[in-house]
Amino acid sequence: MIYEGKRKIWSDYQKEIPDDHYFYVRSCIRQSFFPASEAAFLNITRNILGRDVFETEHHTTCGGIAYHSDTIPQETVMTIVARQFALMHKHGYENYVCSCITSFGVYIETLETWRTFPELEAKIADNLRKTCNLEFAKPRFVVHASDLIYKLREEIAAKAKYKLVNAKTGEPLKVVEHIGCHYSKMFPSKGVGGAEYPYVLTGMIEAWGGEIVDYPERRHCCGFGFRQYFIKGNRGYSLSNTHKKFESMEPYEPDFIITNCPGCPYFLDRWQYVIAESEGKTYGKDGHGIPVLTYEEVAGLVLGFDPWDLGLQTHQVAVEPLLDKLGIPYDKEKKFLGAGGKDLGRPALPSCLKCM
Amino acid sequence: MGKLYDMLMQDYRLREGLNACINCGTCTAVCPAAEFYRYDPRRIVDVVQSQDDSKIEELLKGDVIWYCGECMSCVTRCPRKNGPGLVIMALRSLSIDLGYFIESEKGRQQYLLSKDLCGNVLNYGYCVYPREFDYKSHPEAGPVWEWEEKHLEDVFERLGANLDGDGPGAMRKIPDEDLAQLKRIFDITGATKRMESVREAGRKKAEELGLTEEEFCTLLYEQSSPRHLNGQ
Repeated sequence: MIYEGKRKIWSDYQKEIPDDHYFYVRSCIRQSFFPASEAAFLNITRNILGRDVFETEHHTTCGGIAYHSDTIPQETVMTIVARQFALMHKHGYENYVCSCITSFGVYIETLETWRTFPELEAKIADNLRKTCNLEFAKPRFVVHASDLIYKLREEIAAKAKYKLVNAKTGEPLKVVEHIGCHYSKMFPSKGVGGAEYPYVLTGMIEAWGGEIVDYPERRHCCGFGFRQYFIKGNRGYSLSNTHKKFESMEPYEPDFIITNCPGCPYFLDRWQYVIAESEGKTYGKDGHGIPVLTYEEVAGLVLGFDPWDLGLQTHQVAVEPLLDKLGIPYDKEKKFLGAGGKDLGRPALPSCLKCM
Repeated sequence: MGKLYDMLMQDYRLREGLNACINCGTCTAVCPAAEFYRYDPRRIVDVVQSQDDSKIEELLKGDVIWYCGECMSCVTRCPRKNGPGLVIMALRSLSIDLGYFIESEKGRQQYLLSKDLCGNVLNYGYCVYPREFDYKSHPEAGPVWEWEEKHLEDVFERLGANLDGDGPGAMRKIPDEDLAQLKRIFDITGATKRMESVREAGRKKAEELGLTEEEFCTLLYEQSSPRHLNGQ
């Protein structure tokens, strides 16, 4: 009965996601920590599924992290957003897809605020003309890149080489989904499934053969908190939030975590390392952590990409136990090689968290 | 109606984030910051709603408005469609504009945040830039980041990125003409003015504390009094 109730809530929060022709903007954090995920997104949408996803080198940060760290005024971030939209218009697009969840929240907040306060929109348009000499325009659709992969999930499933099932038992893998707060907590109607029961990642997992795990702190923030992470003295805030989530999900023994925000996989991955090294506590089997993947990495694995092409070697929590469960082959000798097989040595091993 | 309240109401976020708070405390119950810090967003919204300037001034000069992580979980759950997180953003902006932020331990961290994040935006076109994210300052990034930092160009090449390169791609070099546009946007929209006022207030504070800029930055980065925390 409860499950049926959730189904109904999900059906109430559906958003229109265009099938094709997108202007793509990148994420500061995803580029820094998961650059291969953005490469996988473009490879999947453009080369494997034949969609038109355009990128120009002239787009920049949206300024969202600086804005949510309160270092720049709202008018500044809105003018940077207007510049991004103007570049989209200049290149003949009206569908806007962004890699970052903070950006997605900023874009939606900006458009909604302009709708409520048209005089502010006029001021920003004037700012844009004075500073960049660009024509003001607004997108017809703004989607997050995970929305587009959700839209294309069945096409990905049709081309899948692997399913999210235990290769030995045939049982679906148990997956925790973690949605970035700014995806739909501020504007629930702008996210697939709303804020309480977002379906964007759940839909992918179900389409690719896995099983979603529900747990008490499913909607709790990863703990980024902007200034709460950037300042070392505040990082206990960030760590304690991740700790709370892992303590809550531990009894359900998830096989991995899928995320749609660029920051969350970094925090959920790295704070597991810190908890292991400081408290001796690990959340996976046999001293391992629980692998935390981006949705692009999961899509790439399902489609048969090499795990090291997807950048899984740059996670602190080892992914090999997950690859073994999925029956995905990998060459452990190539894990830390550079381009052309260049020897880059290996990272040091943590003392507690098992990484081999 | 107080003068500070009037100033707050100039901020679009306050106009959107404060309708009619019924003091139910749902925001505090769901707030990740309220669990960690001695923080109560319900009380903050109540103080702003009271329009009492002396209490608002106390907020602007204190630590509590800096405890929020701006996750906006409160926005989802408020039964009256308020946005306590948006109210916080307006309070923080006013605290900075009036120079009050420098009076609290948490508030003066803006000096470092402004220096680093605005520096990244203006110098590179990104809020976060991997060459400025060093392992020494981020030991929680783990030995894998220590390794990646040592081989940054090679790892980024291996992962299909375009670190500091021309043309599109992950972590490409943002062309100079685009950085110049960002600078003009900063100048015309008040970001440059905010950066300069934060920098000046920080310099004065460092002088008052008898610290060099480097010592002041280290203090801001590492200091955390236990009095901020719940259960202390």
